[in-house]
Formats: sequence, structure tokens, C-alpha cells
Amino acid sequence: MSLLEIDNVTLRFGGLVAVDAVSLTVNEGEVFALVGPNGAGKSTIFNMISRFYDPAEGSIRFDGHDLLQSTADQVPGFGIARTFQNIELFEQASVLQNLLVGRHRHRKTGLLSNIVFSPNAYREEVRHREAVEEVIDFLNLQAYRDKMIGGLPYGVRKVVELGRALASEPKLLLLDEPASGLSVEETQDMAFWIEDIQTQMGISVMMVEHDMGLVSAVSGRVMALSDGKELATGTAAEVQSHPAVIEAYLGTGEISKTGTSRA
Amino acid sequence: MRFVFKTSYDTDIRLFKHRAQATWYALLLLLVLATPLYFVAIGDAYLLGEITGVLILAIAGMGLMLLTGHTGLPSLGHATFMALGCYLNINFLGAGVPWLIAFPLSGLIAGVLGTMIALPVLRLHGVYLALATLAMSILTGDFVVIAEPWTGGIAGAAVPDINIFGIEINRYSTPYKFYYLVLFVAILLVWFYRNLLRTPTGRSFTAIRDSEISARAMGINLTRTKATSFFLSATAAGLAGALFGHSAGYVTNETFDLVMSITLLLMIVIGGLGFIHGAFFGAIVVGIIPVAIANGRSFLATTFDVNINVPGLESALFALILVGFILFEPMGLYGRWLKIRTYFELFPFYRKDMFKRQKSYLKTDRVQ
Ligand SMILES: Nc1ncnc2c1ncn2[C@@H]1O[C@H](COP(=O)(O)OP(=O)(O)OP(=O)(O)O)[C@@H](O)[C@H]1O
Ligand SMILES: [Mg+2]
Repeated sequence: MSLLEIDNVTLRFGGLVAVDAVSLTVNEGEVFALVGPNGAGKSTIFNMISRFYDPAEGSIRFDGHDLLQSTADQVPGFGIARTFQNIELFEQASVLQNLLVGRHRHRKTGLLSNIVFSPNAYREEVRHREAVEEVIDFLNLQAYRDKMIGGLPYGVRKVVELGRALASEPKLLLLDEPASGLSVEETQDMAFWIEDIQTQMGISVMMVEHDMGLVSAVSGRVMALSDGKELATGTAAEVQSHPAVIEAYLGTGEISKTGTSRA
Repeated sequence: MRFVFKTSYDTDIRLFKHRAQATWYALLLLLVLATPLYFVAIGDAYLLGEITGVLILAIAGMGLMLLTGHTGLPSLGHATFMALGCYLNINFLGAGVPWLIAFPLSGLIAGVLGTMIALPVLRLHGVYLALATLAMSILTGDFVVIAEPWTGGIAGAAVPDINIFGIEINRYSTPYKFYYLVLFVAILLVWFYRNLLRTPTGRSFTAIRDSEISARAMGINLTRTKATSFFLSATAAGLAGALFGHSAGYVTNETFDLVMSITLLLMIVIGGLGFIHGAFFGAIVVGIIPVAIANGRSFLATTFDVNINVPGLESALFALILVGFILFEPMGLYGRWLKIRTYFELFPFYRKDMFKRQKSYLKTDRVQ
């Protein structure tokens, strides 16, 4: 069953065609990876799914909803959560508060009941905290629970951002370069988490990643993009040995089977 | 050093983190409740009136703090909402509406009108929003003149006394009752404010302040959430305006001027942006400066026979203090206090950079 269907989508920035007639589907329960050199249009595809950008042509459907009819703030309500390439956390808040914002789509109480802190608001708060606490345990964030984001190391921020997305209990998780800037050990943790997210939580994952080691380890299907166009789709090994992909990466030296992380 | 062991979710949800903190706030409550006793003892309530004025400023400050400190939207027009609340209150009371209805209603209508005025400009960012509200503030005096039948225009309007179930309250004839009334409103609003911050609504405000793009990606509707914040903020300012009217006794087109709007903004910056305490600390500073200057003047005059009569000295001093804060203590008075407290709590483990904001991860302008 396909969860996300992107059909023939094109997006231009002025004269630049950032995404050129791309079609893809993400199936329920799979980990789908997007790879490609810098500027290929990978993040732009994410930003169209998130409805930050409007495609000029094409359609994007998710779980029975026409995403192009929705606004950015409605997208999480359908069950899509994401992380950003350049970590976008709420800097002046604690880890706990960041994760709680991830629960926003599940809020049931309104302004009035919040202001007077009604019994309903209290019960809802406890429920949110239970859910967030599970995420904290899953990602081993206990030590950072009450720390302000501003003082956290880069690697931890990446995990917190993943946690915030998980806290919303999505059906589809969009990860934009989850391993960039991480150490080898941290990248390994990330790989385990992504596997658990897929197998234990039953969440489908679509990720952009340069680290081919991570990509081959966790993803089922891989799509390679370059200059906004699809080059090849298949297993990680198939895509890596595809002539068009090799040519696109020629000289950039980025695609590698060893999979040491890019700094 | 104190360790707070968390044994249940309530530890984070409760109003107070630990018993010692609750005790401190209980003591503070006792102190503010007992303050009038001192003035009864000395038989002069003049200073109590000043303290009441500080509380009223703090109420307006809380309104602005919610908008600027917690939602990240600057406003240079909050005196306008105070004016709305004040004149609505005067007119309701004049029409025979009981104070207990007139007062909250004035606040709410000020909130609704404020939101309606703000909606078109809420799409603006940072400096543009500041400019739009600044323009609003500049126009307020003129509108008061135009709306003469309701405002008394340049001649001004007298503010009727408060009457709650037959109890007459007037700033001068019953200063103690007025103090307790204002104190009650202030404490009630603090409680509302705290509740907001520990529930989804308040978290959506701070989310918008810290990252609009992330807030949207988490399902927060920017326009609706900003409008909610504006509504609450203008309502608090409206309530403060109504109380301000009662405190002043008489208001004219010059009462709620641009200087007042700017003072409110300076107040919350000096107090500490993003903390409820900041509204109170700021109000105390704003309340103390004129008194301190007057005392300083008379001290110089009597002991050294020096007469300083520089016009605008107050504003200059105020500006100087503000610049000082922005340069040396951007977290405001409350931030300074937090640092001192942490120093003692962690003694001897305090590090100098503990409160430093990390700026090493630059964001590019484009959405990633
Ligand atoms: N907001 C924007 N305005 C103009 N051009 C943009 C914008 N966002 C992206 N682009 C351009 O569109 C192209 C695709 O960018 P995108 O961010 O999707 O690349 P990417 O595949 O994510 O690359 P990277 O691996 O560097 O993250 C690039 O040429 C980029 O410069
Ligand atoms: Mg990218």
C-alpha cells in the first residue's frame, strides 16, 4: 500500500528548475531514501511535502489527502513529521518543552481550559508527558531532559529533533540528513533508531542522506536525483552501480560504499 | 546544591518546582498582603498609591510580555489598548453598568478590537510590526480627540469610582481597598499566565517565538496563534488601562501617549524578556526612577545647595539604563537574579558561560 504518492512534480525558483517532473511513492512500512549531489533538489521535495513550497505542476497525495489542498500547519495533522537539514529547534526552551510541542497535533483542550488549567487540561498534560517520556527513553535523552537547547552539543540536538518528530506519533517521518555532522558512533545509533522506528513503531521513513553506509544499512528503496531529475530508483546497491548515478557523482567523490560520514 | 528528584509527571506540571520555592512565594504573598499595615501604622498612604501604580504597570507589562517576550512579536502600541480599556470602562460605568461587569468587559472588548486592528499587520515581521503598532500609538491621541463624546477629548474625562456590591473604592479616599483590588487582579493574571505557559497554548506561543518554520512543521497555525496571543495581550493591557484610569482619576488625550507605549516596552526588556517576573521587576524600576530622581534632586538641593533642573532628565536616565541592560545584561534584571541564584545553588561549580546562548550554528536564509 502506498502511503505517499508524488506524481510528476515540478518546482522552479525563477529560472532554476529545482525539481523536474519527479514521481515517487513511499509505501507503508518502508524506509525510502533520496540521494544525490548537493543542490539536487532533495530538501526541496521535503519542503513541498511540508507545504512550505508550492509546486508549479504535479500532485502530492498522502494517505487519502490531497496535500496541495492543505496548508503547512495542516500537514502534521495527517501524520507527517519531519526534521530539518539545519536543525530547527526551539532554542530558548528545554528538551522536554521541545518534545511537548511535537505533541501539538494531539491537543484537545482549548484556550479557556488552558488558562484556568481545568481538570481536562491537567489530564491532557499528563498524557502528553507519558508519550514524551517514552520518546525520551527510546532515544536515551534522560540526561538532557531539562537542559536548554542553546547549550546542547550538535549531536544531541539532532537526536532531540528526531525526538520532537517522533513525539507527534506520525505515520510518515521525513528525515533530512539525519546523520550529517554526526560521529561514527552517533551515526550507528541513528541507524539502529531508524530500524526500530520502522520495525517496532511501524512508522514509514523517507530520508535524505549522503552517507551511503547508513543508506544501504536501513533503506529498502533508494532514489537518486541530480539537478532535480530522477536518475535511478532501486536498492542501494543497484543505484550506486547505475551508470547515470556514477556519472552524476563523478569528480565529487561523494558516493562511497564504505559509508564514513561526511563531516 | 539542590537536586530535584522527579517522581511523577506532576513534578513538571505543578506550579512550584519544590517545597522551598512554594514557601518563598507564600512568604512573598504574605508580604504584599501585609504591606498596607505598614502604611496604616505610619498613617500616610501616599507611597501605597505608588506601589499600586507599579502593580498596574506590571499588569500592562504582563500583557506586553506575553506578546513580545513569549510570542516574539514586538509592539510599540500597547498604550493604545490601555486607552481602549480605560475609555470603555468609563463609558460602561457612566451607562450604569456595574463595575464587576464593566471592568472585565472593557478588557475583553479591548482585546477583540486590538486583535482586529492587529490582524492585518500580524502577517508583518519584526520591524514592520513594530512600525505599524508605532503608527497606531501615534494616532491614539488624535482618536481620543475625535471621539470626544465618549472620551471628553482634550478637556478630558473623569473616571467614576468603583462600586462592588455597595463597597465604594476610590484611589484617594480608600487607598487600601484599591490596593487590594489591583493586587487581586494582578495575582489572578499571574495565575492565568502560568497556566498558559504549562499548557499547549503557551507552548505554541514560545514555539513561534523561537522558530516559525518549526512551529508550522509541528502543526501550529501561525496567524491564529499570533492572533490569540495578541488578544490575550491586548485584554491584559485593556484591564490595566481601566485600572490606570481609576488610579489617575482623570484622563485626557495625552494620558496614553507614545511615551507610555515605549515605556512599557523598555520596562519588559529591563525586567527580563520571556519571564513573568520580568514584568514586575521592570515595573518596579519604572516606578522607582522618578521617585529616586525627585529624592536625589531634593537631597542635592538641601545638602549641597545644588539645583539640577534639566528637562528630560528622567527619559535620559531611563534610556541610559536601557542601553546598559542591552549591552551588559540582555536577560534583564530577572536574568541577573537567575544567575546569582544559580551561582549559590551550584556553589562552587558555577561556570561563567552557563547562560550563554549558543550562536555557533548559523542558519542560512533559505528553508532547508
Ligand atoms: N528558497 C530558494 N530560493 C531559490 N533557490 C533555492 C531555494 N531553495 C533551494 N534552492 C535551490 O534549489 C536547488 C535545490 O536545492 P535543495 O536544497 O533542494 O538541494 P539538496 O538536494 O537538498 O542539496 P543539499 O545536499 O546541499 O542539501 C539548489 O540549486 C538550491 O540553490
Ligand atoms: Mg538539502
